[in-house]
Amino acid sequence: MQAIAAGLSFVGRRLIQAALVMLAILIIAFAVKNALGDPLREILGEAVPEAQREELRRELGLDAPWPVQLARYLGGAVTGDLGTSTIYKRPTLEVILAKFPASFELVLGASLIVLLFSVPAGVYCAVRPRARGARLILSLSAFGISIPVFLTGIFLITLFSVWLGWFPAFGRGETVRLGFWETGLLTADGLKHLILPALTLSSIMLPLFIRLVRGAMLDELGHDYVRTARAKGASHLRVWLAHALRNALLPLVAVGGLQVGTLIAYTLLTETVFQWPGMGFLFLEAVTRADIPLITTYLVFVGLLFVITNTIVDIVSLMLDPRISLEGAQ
Amino acid sequence: MSAAAVRTPLRALLGFAAGRPGAALAAIALGVIGLAAAFAPLIAPQNPFDLMSFDLLDAGLPPAWLEGSDPRFLLGTDAQGRDLFSAILYGTRISLIVGLLAVAIQAAIGIPLGLVAAYRGGSVDTAVTRAADIQLSLSTLMMAIIALALFRAGLGGDILSRYAVPLLVVVIGVAEWPYFARTARAAAQVEAAKDYVRAARALGSSGLAIVSRHILPNILSPLIVLATTQVAGAIMAEAALSFLGLGMPVTKPSLGTLIRSGYDLMFAGAWWVTVLPGLVLIAVLISVNVLGDALRDLLDPRRSSR
Repeated sequence: MQAIAAGLSFVGRRLIQAALVMLAILIIAFAVKNALGDPLREILGEAVPEAQREELRRELGLDAPWPVQLARYLGGAVTGDLGTSTIYKRPTLEVILAKFPASFELVLGASLIVLLFSVPAGVYCAVRPRARGARLILSLSAFGISIPVFLTGIFLITLFSVWLGWFPAFGRGETVRLGFWETGLLTADGLKHLILPALTLSSIMLPLFIRLVRGAMLDELGHDYVRTARAKGASHLRVWLAHALRNALLPLVAVGGLQVGTLIAYTLLTETVFQWPGMGFLFLEAVTRADIPLITTYLVFVGLLFVITNTIVDIVSLMLDPRISLEGAQ
Repeated sequence: MSAAAVRTPLRALLGFAAGRPGAALAAIALGVIGLAAAFAPLIAPQNPFDLMSFDLLDAGLPPAWLEGSDPRFLLGTDAQGRDLFSAILYGTRISLIVGLLAVAIQAAIGIPLGLVAAYRGGSVDTAVTRAADIQLSLSTLMMAIIALALFRAGLGGDILSRYAVPLLVVVIGVAEWPYFARTARAAAQVEAAKDYVRAARALGSSGLAIVSRHILPNILSPLIVLATTQVAGAIMAEAALSFLGLGMPVTKPSLGTLIRSGYDLMFAGAWWVTVLPGLVLIAVLISVNVLGDALRDLLDPRRSSR
C-alpha cells in the first residue's frame, strides 16, 4: 500500500516536472518568435505606410507590454493555438500535425528493423563473445557508426533505385486516409516507398542498440542469479532469454528512451535525403522560407515529444524496477 | 649506441603497427588525406571558390576512367563545371579545419570545467555535473540544427554563408563540451587522491599550480583518446549540417555541401558528384575512428579489453 502511494507521488512529481519543462520551452519559443518574427510584415508585406502599421499593431494588440503578450501566447498554447504559418496561411499546429503521421511511420518502420535485429545480435554477441560471428557483427557495427546517415541513404538510392530500379527513391507513394491520419502502411506502394528510408534510419541506430543490448546482457550474465538458474538446471536458452534478457531490458529502456533527440535529428536527415514529407522536411522548408511561427511551433512540438518520452521512460523504469520508487519518493 | 636508442621507439611503433594493420592503414590514409588537404592550393588544378574560372560547358563531366571524360578533370565536374578533384581537396580542408577547431573549443570549455569540478568538489562539482547531464540529454546534433536554423531564419542565408566557418565551429564546439568535462573530472578525481598531489598541497602549492602542473599532465592520455573520437564526431556533424543546407554554402563547399549539391545530379546519372566526396568523408571518419581505437589501446591499456 505504502509502495503504491510512493509510486503515485513519484508519478505526480514527474508530471509536474514535465509541465515545468514545457513551460520553459514555450517561453523560449515565445522569445524566439518575438525576436525574429514581425507579424505585421507577414500580414501586410513591406510596402505599407507607418501610420497604417501602427493602427494595425494596436488593433492586433501587438503594442501591449511583453508580459501581456507572453500570457496571451501561453493561453493560446493551452488551447493548441501557436500562431499561423506564413507559408501555408493555416494554424501552425495543424500544418505540423498533418505531417506527423509520415515521420511517425518512418520511425516506426526503422524501430521495427532495429528491434528485430539488435536484440538477437546483441544477445548473441554477449553469450558467445569469442565466436567469429560475434566479432564480425561488432566490427561491422563499428564500421556502420562511422557512416553518416545521409550517405547510407544516398548509397541505398544509388544501388536500389538508380542502378537496380527495385525501390522508389523519394516520397511516400500512395497513402490512405484514416480520419486525420494519413497512412502509407496500407498500400503496397506506400510500403515499397517506406523500405529504403526505414533501412537508412535504422542503419544508424542499429550499431548503437547492438552495443547497448550486448553491454546490458554482459552485465546481467555476470550476476549470481544467472549461475543459480544454471545450477537448478535451467537450459542455456532459458537463462539467457527468460532471466538475463528480461533484466537487461531495464537499462535498455532507460538508455534507449534518452535517444529521442538524436532520433529526431537523424529522422530529419533521412527525410531530407528521401524527400519524405514529414515534420523534419517541413521544418527545413520553414527555415529556408523564414516562416518563424512554423519554426517555433516545430520547436515546441519536438520539445513536447522529448518531454513525453522522457516522462514515460521514467515511469516505465519505475514499473519495471520497484527499487527506484523506494529511493526516489521518500 | 645512440642509433639503437633511436631505433627502439621506432621499432616499437613498427611492431605496434604490424600488430594492428588496420590502424597502420588508417594512419597512412589519414596522413595522405591530411597532407593533400593542407597543400590543396598547391595540388589543386583549379580554385574551386573562384566562380569565374568555371565553364558551364564543362558541367557534369564524368571521372577520367569513364567514357566521355575530359583529361583536364581527373574526377569529373559538378553541375557548375567545377573540377571535382579540386573541390574535394578544398572541401576536405574545410571539413578538417571545422572538425579540429570545434574539438579545440570543446576541450577549452570542458577540460577546465572538469578539472575545477574534480578539484573543488561540493556545489561546484554538482553544478558542472548537472549542467553536463542536462546538455547531453538534449541531442547535440538536434541542438546544433536548431541553433543554425534560428541563425539562418533570423539573419538570412547570406550572413549565415559569410560566417559559416566560425558559426559551425562555435555551435559544434559548444554542443559537446560535456564529454571533455566528464572525462577530465573522472580522471582528475583519481589523480587528486594520490600521494604526490597531497604532497604538493602540503608544500604549499596553489590550487591552480597543482591542477595545471601536476594533475593535467597525468590525465592527458584519456583526453587525447577522447579528442580523436570527438574529431570524427565533429566532422560528421559539420557534414550533416552542411548537407541540410545549414552549414557551408555552395560557393565555399565542404564535403557535406558537395554531397548535397551533387545529390540533385544523381538522378540525371551523374552519381560521382555525390558518391566521390561521400567516399572521402567515409574514409576520413573510419580512419579517425580506427586510429582512436588504436590510441586507446596504446595509451589506456586498462580499457583495451573492452
